[in-house]
Amino acid sequence: MATAKTYDPEALASQRRQRRNARLLRHLGLHALLIALLGIMLYPVIWMIFSALRPEQEIFGEMGFIPTNWTLENFTSGWQLYGDLTFTTFYVNSFIICALAILGNLIACSMAAYAFARLNFRLKWLLFAAMLTTIMLPIHVQLIPQYIFFLNIGWVNTILPLVVPKFLATDAFFIFLMVQFMRSLPSELEQAAVVDGASYWQRYWRIILPLTMPALATTAVFTFINTYNDFFSQLIYLTDTDAMTVPVALRLFLDPSGGQSSFGGLFAMVLVSIGPVLGFFIASQRLLTKGIATQGFK
Amino acid sequence: MTTLAPDDAKSTSKPAPRRREIPQNRSGSALKQSENRAAYLFLTPWLLGIVGITGLPMLASLYLSFTDYRVTAAPNWVGLENYATLFGGDRRFISSIWVTLKYVGWSVPLVLIFSLAIAVALNRGLKGLAIYRSLFYVPSLIGASVGIGLLWKEVFGARGVVNEILGWFGMAGRGWVNSPTFALPTIVALNVWTFGASMVIFLAALRQIPESYYEAASIDGANAWQRFRRITLPLITPVIFFNTVLLLINSFQSFTQAFVVSGGSGGPVDSTLLYSLYLYQKAFQQLQMGYASAMAWVLLLAIGIGTAFVFWTSKYWVFYGDR
Repeated sequence: MATAKTYDPEALASQRRQRRNARLLRHLGLHALLIALLGIMLYPVIWMIFSALRPEQEIFGEMGFIPTNWTLENFTSGWQLYGDLTFTTFYVNSFIICALAILGNLIACSMAAYAFARLNFRLKWLLFAAMLTTIMLPIHVQLIPQYIFFLNIGWVNTILPLVVPKFLATDAFFIFLMVQFMRSLPSELEQAAVVDGASYWQRYWRIILPLTMPALATTAVFTFINTYNDFFSQLIYLTDTDAMTVPVALRLFLDPSGGQSSFGGLFAMVLVSIGPVLGFFIASQRLLTKGIATQGFK
Repeated sequence: MTTLAPDDAKSTSKPAPRRREIPQNRSGSALKQSENRAAYLFLTPWLLGIVGITGLPMLASLYLSFTDYRVTAAPNWVGLENYATLFGGDRRFISSIWVTLKYVGWSVPLVLIFSLAIAVALNRGLKGLAIYRSLFYVPSLIGASVGIGLLWKEVFGARGVVNEILGWFGMAGRGWVNSPTFALPTIVALNVWTFGASMVIFLAALRQIPESYYEAASIDGANAWQRFRRITLPLITPVIFFNTVLLLINSFQSFTQAFVVSGGSGGPVDSTLLYSLYLYQKAFQQLQMGYASAMAWVLLLAIGIGTAFVFWTSKYWVFYGDR
C-alpha cells in the first residue's frame, strides 16, 4: 500500500475512492463465486422440489427445469403409500418421540449440569471426566446389550428405548454445553438466594435455570433435529409398521416391491420430511448459529 | 466460578493462619455435606444413566465379544475366537475397514478445506454474511437424514441430475451409485456437502482474530496469501484441531447414508460397506451378536487410537496463544 507523501486532499480522496472501488470489485467477484457454489450445492434440493410438484411421468423427461403442469398429486399419493397406514401415523410417532426426548434432555441434563457447574461434591472431577468421555463413545459398544435388555423387557416396538435414556441424561454433550453456560453466571446471584434461605432446588429452579435459557433452547433445537433425523436406533427398535417413524418409513421407498415405482411420491415425502427441520432452523436461526459457534456443535 | 463463597475467601484476601483460628469448621463442613448430598441428588438421573445405559451395557458388550451369542441360545465362552475370525478369515470385515478408512480419509480433509475456505471468504466483511452462513449451513441440518440419502441416490442415479448436467457438456454419465468405483465417492460427496457445520465454527474463530494483526501485516507489505498463511492459519489451529477430532469421530461412525444409498446392502460389491453398516448387518440381520460386539470393541479401539494420534500430533502443529 503506497502512503501519500503529500497532503493534497484531492489526491487523498481519489486514492481512497480507488481503494474503495477495488474492494467493491473484489467483493462482487466473491459474491458471484459464493452464489455459484450455493447454486451447485442447493441444485439437487431445488430439482427435487420441482420434481415433487410435477406429474410423475414428467420427472425424468425432457420437460425443462421448471414444471409446466403443476400438481400436488404426488403429495397425496405419497402420503398414503402403504394401504391404511399413512404418513400421519409416522409423523405422530416421530413427534411424540422428539417431544419426550426434548423434555428428558432439558430436565436431566440441566440437573446434572447444575451440580457440575455450581456445586462442590466428592469425586467431582472424576465424574466430570467420565461424563466428558461418554461424549466421545461410539454408541456401538452399548447398543447390543441395550437391545437385548430392551427386547427382554418387551420394549422393542415401543418408544421407550428411544425416550427413557434421555431422562437419564445420556446425551452428555448437552450437559457439557449447559455446564459451560452455567459456569459463566456470576456467583452473587445464588448468594443472595442463600441469604434468603433458598434450598438448592430453589436456586436451581428459580435462579439458574431461567438464566440458562439460551443453552436450554439450543439443547431443545438440537435434540429435535438429532432425534428427528436419527435413523440407526429407530431402525433397530421400531420394526412394526405402526410403530415406525418418518425416517424408518421413508426407508420403505428403498424396497423394490414397495414405493420405488413412484418417484413423485418419494420426492414429495422427502420434501415433507425435511420440512420440520428447516422450520425449526428458520424459527431459531440466530440462536442456533450462535450456539454452534460457541459450542462447536455438529 | 464453581466454588462458593468460603473457598473464594480462602483463595483471595484472608491470610491462611487467621482463617484456621475462626471456629467455622463445623458449620462449614455441615454446609459442605449438605451441598454434597444436594449435588448427588441432582446427579441421580445422570448417574443411573451412566451406570445403567452406558457402563453396564459396555461391560456386557465386552463379555459378549468373547462369546458366540446369537440371541436364540445362551452365550458360550469362546475366548478370542471372534477377534481371530475378524482379522483372520472375515474378508468382508477387512474390506469394510478399507472402505471406512477411504471414506474418512477423503471426507475429513475435504470438509476441512471447504469449510475453512468458505469461512475465510465470508470473513472479509461481505454483505449478507448471516444469509450466506445460514444457506451454507442448511445441508448440515438435513444431510444426515434418510430423505436426503434417497435424494442423493436419485441425483447420482443413471437418470439423475448429475448425468443431466454432464450431458449439457457432452459428457457421458453413468449410474454413479451402481458403480463399485463411484458409489463410495458419491457418499463422500454427500458428507462433504455438509461442511457448513464446520464452517460456522471456523467463522466464529476467524472473527476472534483482531483486525489490527492484519493491518500491521499489510503495512509491512504482506499479501493476502501471506496474511492467511502467517496470521490466520496459526491462530486457528486449535479450531482446526477441534473440527478434525469432531469429524473423525463422526465419520468413523457413519451409517445412514451408506445404508440408504446401497439399500442396506453396502453394495455394489461391498464398495459402500462402511464399518457401522457391516456391524449392523452382523448384529441385527444375521443376529451374530457376540461377533458384532467384538466389532464394536474394535471400533472403539480404532476411534480411541485415531483420536489419541490426532491429540499426539497436535503438539507439533496446534498453536495456543498463551504458550
